[in-house]
Amino acid sequence: MNLIFSLLAGSIFGAVLTKSEVASWFRIQKMFRFEEAHMFLIIGSAVAVGAVSILLIQKLGLHTLEGREVVIREKSYHKGVVIGGVLFGMGWVVTGACPGPIYAQIGAGEYWAAFSFLGAFCGAYLYAWLRPRLPH
Amino acid sequence: MELLTQPWPWYIGGPLIGLTVPALLLLVGKPFGISSSFRHLGSICSPKTSIAYLRENDWRSELWSLVFVVGVIAGSFIASHYLSDSVVRLLPDHYHQWSGGLRLFIGGLLVGFGTRYADGCTSGHSIMGLSSLKWPSLVATICFFIGGLIAINALDLWAPAP
Repeated sequence: MNLIFSLLAGSIFGAVLTKSEVASWFRIQKMFRFEEAHMFLIIGSAVAVGAVSILLIQKLGLHTLEGREVVIREKSYHKGVVIGGVLFGMGWVVTGACPGPIYAQIGAGEYWAAFSFLGAFCGAYLYAWLRPRLPH
Repeated sequence: MELLTQPWPWYIGGPLIGLTVPALLLLVGKPFGISSSFRHLGSICSPKTSIAYLRENDWRSELWSLVFVVGVIAGSFIASHYLSDSVVRLLPDHYHQWSGGLRLFIGGLLVGFGTRYADGCTSGHSIMGLSSLKWPSLVATICFFIGGLIAINALDLWAPAP
């Protein structure tokens, strides 16, 4: 049951990434050149809606569909948040896609984005391998 | 119908992306995030690995994440084939050749390595993390933008788009 909802949520999310052009290389370039507000407004309004949702879930004490408590994982701070964050930002500009949009680009028929996916897979693998030697 | 087939404005796209957060929390019982899918795929592809990060990863209990990205691909396919009047272009022409593929691969390396090192991407940190007021996610988001600004200016200087 979980997986059906996951597929559904993913499908809507994927459609939105493509239709609102969050998955567009052109939009990412314009964001980082401060040429248009589109991406900033998308991220801003997404965070606002997400924050109000979480606030409501907590205030109303809502539980998951399976009746369990809603747990929000702590994101702990370490050096990787800064180093990895900067490296990811650079990759975001080059590929014109963060992880969600990489999948969305492939789905939309931009098949050259398969190289972005292959790179991301190898990059994650590289991190897994180097992890014991990296500062955290 | 015409409204649907045009590109969607930010005030439709942004809130819908935001609603992914409660949808996953309530219906699936998981916090929103996508870059972890790369880790799970790594674990699946190398079940007998000596790499702890992949071996000690219980991807079976995170199967929702892989189903979610299959959904992203499917949803985007539907959006571009059935909800669009014209051909959807998400990458520039100069990426539709081998030299572009190389650029995308290198960029992808940075995305995969960086998001795993930072423990999250735009979804996990910028949307989920900021929505739940986690300060490390604010640091991450600021760093994403610093990296992007460095890259866009460096590319203009040394490797401008043709």
